[in-house]
Amino acid sequence: MIRINCPYCGEREHSEFTYGEDATRTTPDNDAPMEEWNKFVYERDNPAGEHIEYWHHAFGCRAWLKVQRNTITHDISWVGLPHENPEATS
Amino acid sequence: MGQYNALNIAWNALRGHKNWQRAWRDPEPKRNYDVIIIGGGGHGLATAYYLAKNHGITNVAILEKGWIGGGNVGRNTTIVRSNYLLDGNAPFYEHGMNLWRDMAQDLNYNVMFSPRGVMNIAHTKSQYDTFARRANTMRLNGIQAELLSREEVLEREPIIDGSADTRFPVWGGILQPDAGNARHDAVAWGYARAADQLGVDIIQNCEVTDFIKQGERIIGVKTSRGDIHAEKVGMAVAGSSSRLAEKLDLRLPIESHVLQAFVTEPYKPLINGVVTFGAGHFYVSQSDKGGVVFGGDIDGYNTYAQRGNLPVFEDVIAGGLTMMPCLSRLKLLRNWGGVMDMSMDGSPIIDVGPIDGLYLNTGWCYGGFKATPASGYCFAHTIANDEAHELNKAYTLDRFAKGYTIDEKGMGPYPKAH
Repeated sequence: MIRINCPYCGEREHSEFTYGEDATRTTPDNDAPMEEWNKFVYERDNPAGEHIEYWHHAFGCRAWLKVQRNTITHDISWVGLPHENPEATS
Repeated sequence: MGQYNALNIAWNALRGHKNWQRAWRDPEPKRNYDVIIIGGGGHGLATAYYLAKNHGITNVAILEKGWIGGGNVGRNTTIVRSNYLLDGNAPFYEHGMNLWRDMAQDLNYNVMFSPRGVMNIAHTKSQYDTFARRANTMRLNGIQAELLSREEVLEREPIIDGSADTRFPVWGGILQPDAGNARHDAVAWGYARAADQLGVDIIQNCEVTDFIKQGERIIGVKTSRGDIHAEKVGMAVAGSSSRLAEKLDLRLPIESHVLQAFVTEPYKPLINGVVTFGAGHFYVSQSDKGGVVFGGDIDGYNTYAQRGNLPVFEDVIAGGLTMMPCLSRLKLLRNWGGVMDMSMDGSPIIDVGPIDGLYLNTGWCYGGFKATPASGYCFAHTIANDEAHELNKAYTLDRFAKGYTIDEKGMGPYPKAH
């Protein structure tokens, strides 16, 4: 069981959360070329290792969180709010 | 090595089965091949077999980082079907059904293909209506499909809870009568042996660590057993596609997710065909050995770990027990996970490029096993002719950019939802 340390609620099992997606993707400008939009919508880094991603505490405080998790070991090394980044706080 | 036949078995039986030879060679890799297939799973083996058989290209190496049968080809729930809705998918999978029917004879290997029927259960009138639409579409595509009444469903599988007070009563069902199961290991071994007999080198414990490029063209691979050159390099490494593509700075429309599967101890015949629950995600069949084999949803977060988590475990079991309460008395023997290439539209990619000398076979989501023969057949054609076969021409990599996605479930670019 993955456990996520919610900044508001404390450590909870991941069954309380809904997985969002890769949190490193940034929305292109509205007038950005189609290739950029294609990359944004369809292509993923999909790393084997550290992955920064969104989780929604759907059955808790309902906050969206940003989580750094290893996709091989499932170890979570950092949890923050969506506007934060692991480098900034750790 | 010769052909396997009844006489052969009798002769060996009389001699205590001491004279069987290995089913395929264990060659040292040569320095040059016409074609390298990265990945010795079902799809890679089938590709090499059809390259040799249909296209006369026998100077082929399959590079497998582990051992044959150790990846997803040995980790699935062995279901074979073609009950697809969309034009890009239906003819491809139905061609696969034809290959499944003749596979044991073709490969001279008993793959235990058993067309025992795949039945999906509807629990509401509206769900039944969508099944009617699917059945009609399947028939228009030349695929067998039957709509079943509630009574017919319960007659086919008596252990389904047909009581009035069950949480999700059975309304009816859809049946693909000629779909079923096959022995997954035998499919891997059969293709490996048949490809080897046609001259393909199967090289196990040989991990591809990088690509060798000349200008913008791929001319070979670096491996844990030395550099190997080839005119054409095909990737059939579902589960690791993004990791390998990263070495080429290639980002794919793929996320890796884990899918769990389960098997019980062997029991007497209990379930006649393949059955899927319509009010949750649960599919079940019984192996010829008696084990009840079942699975459900992917875990839902990016992962490369070949193990699942307990919430999905519980969800799968709950779905199964709702449909077939008697399963609660069975003892679970094993549970395992396999890593899936979840694509952005739920459909695979079999394509030339996008780099010269490279050919892609990826994005099988959790439907890769049934596609094994058709995938190999089409990928071999694509590699040999440098263009897609009629059957896989919709499975291009650039379909996402062009807006021609094949989204069977209509979920959009959310891989965990397919």
